Amino acid sequence: MNAPVNQDLAQEVAAIPLDKIDVSDPRLYETDTWGPYFARLRREAPVHFCAESYFGPFWSVTKYKDIMQVDVSHQIYSSETSLGGITIRDREEKYQRPSFITMDPPRHDEHRKTVSPIVAPGNLAHLAGTIRERAAKILDELPRGETFDWVDRVSIELTTQMLATLFDFPFADRRKLTYWSDVATVDVNAGTAIDSEEKRDEVLQECLACFTELWNQRVNAEPRNDLLSMLAHGESTRNLTPKEFLGTVILLIVGGNDTTRNSISGGLLALSRNPAEYRKLRDDPARIIPTMVPEIIRYQSPIIHMRRTAIADAELGGQHIRKGDKVIMWYKSGNRDDEAIENPDAFIVDRARPRQHLSFGFGIHRCVGNRLAELQLTIMWEEIMKRFPTIEVVGEPVRLYSNFISGIKHLPVRIPA
Amino acid sequence: MPKVTYIEYNGTEHVVDVPVGTSVMRGAVDNNIPGIDADCGGECACATCHVYIEPEWFAKTGARSSQEESMLSFAAVTQDNSRLSCQIEMTAELDGLVLRMPEGQH
Ligand code: HEM
Ligand code: FES
Repeated sequence: MNAPVNQDLAQEVAAIPLDKIDVSDPRLYETDTWGPYFARLRREAPVHFCAESYFGPFWSVTKYKDIMQVDVSHQIYSSETSLGGITIRDREEKYQRPSFITMDPPRHDEHRKTVSPIVAPGNLAHLAGTIRERAAKILDELPRGETFDWVDRVSIELTTQMLATLFDFPFADRRKLTYWSDVATVDVNAGTAIDSEEKRDEVLQECLACFTELWNQRVNAEPRNDLLSMLAHGESTRNLTPKEFLGTVILLIVGGNDTTRNSISGGLLALSRNPAEYRKLRDDPARIIPTMVPEIIRYQSPIIHMRRTAIADAELGGQHIRKGDKVIMWYKSGNRDDEAIENPDAFIVDRARPRQHLSFGFGIHRCVGNRLAELQLTIMWEEIMKRFPTIEVVGEPVRLYSNFISGIKHLPVRIPA
Repeated sequence: MPKVTYIEYNGTEHVVDVPVGTSVMRGAVDNNIPGIDADCGGECACATCHVYIEPEWFAKTGARSSQEESMLSFAAVTQDNSRLSCQIEMTAELDGLVLRMPEGQH
């Protein structure tokens, strides 16, 4: 069973003039109504121009193969901060926080190589023990027979503990990481205390101050295997400007946090809405978990879009893209493209090729942490299945107002006593 | 049909036929040989089909493209004889090719 097809909504979407469709509206993701909009674009205008939106004019790329083409053509589609970076929202220069995700080669390549050893296979094997220990403790402390928020008690706790481990960040202060990560990505119109770029910047300056202090400690100590120490001693990163340093720290905090958190929440939600799939998992967890984890990441598509800016004229899906145009890859849509993925709206825990999805992007910016994210989810589900044959979702999820992070803010659950 | 020997990281050998014109990555995936993930399906966009070519075969597999070069530079545990197996097309000359898998793909 999948989310019910809402006929009224489908009709409403069908009635909008094609050129007025605007998939950048964050409410579509807050209300989980994005499906019919993208279905229509994939069918009628796979590369679609939206002339007027809150975020200015932009191209939407909605089909799997076209997104792949943009992702691998970094010579044409740039990620550079100064051109607009990787989000649909343009930022004034003083609020730009460059990091290697918003750099093109060759600087991107140098910085990325400094960070990637932390998630090399050997290091991952080493992290696995810590992750399992921490996951076990979190799960053992959960209440039975009473309703609690899965997001707060499990999803946030596990990813935040992991992040504190990766940075060797003071463990007791770890929720600061969660806070900074949320502040870094929150939509200023979402109704939180962060209602301007200025306020966002104030909080992130605290983050910078804290990490600068840690950086100073690490740079004066012997190199170690945590991310900060690697940045402090890395040949290409040790002379980062404060802005670049902040950008890189935030990249790693957000990269390793929101995305994995929302996959942990989204996975449980998808299982509870698809009882037959939940049963498959219960019947044979060892066989199902390896294919279920990538399927959860596809189904959730934790990053809704990535943006590029064309630095040359190009053809894409029959459309003519001009130098300077804003091009949005809607991963959430590409992951529901039935020309690339069979029965894409269904959540199926034992797909034949479950890793064939766009959630991590492709090409030179493909997610550095993708195997780490999978590892965390894998261990978490292994430990859950050892303890709880079933976890009941007892209310509706509360979703995030954002067109960038596909977020679940609260998910009420109950573990039978 | 030309044969390819795939050696897993733990030493397990698999000898399979790979049709001329198919990629060496495809040969592994179609025969369910573990150790090559190939997340992007052969677009040279994920570097999870990374292999080490036995030295005597390396030159015969041809040169890396610049896209392969940059994707490989981000793969873990690369060596001089590293290739992305989706970028090697099977030919009659490659009959007998031997390659090894890395510790992990990522
Ligand atoms: C399910 C979890 C995750 C998802 C869905 C995800 C998604 C993504 C996506 C789509 C990109 C590509 C950006 C682009 O093309 O512009 C990316 C890049 C990145 N991710 Fe993740 N990510 C996840 C987990 C993580 C974790 C755990 C880490 C921390 C180690 C991480 C660190 C990064 C970094 C550093 C980049 C930049 C790579 C580059 O520009 O070369 N991510 N991620
Ligand atoms: S299969 Fe993705 S690079 Fe070879």
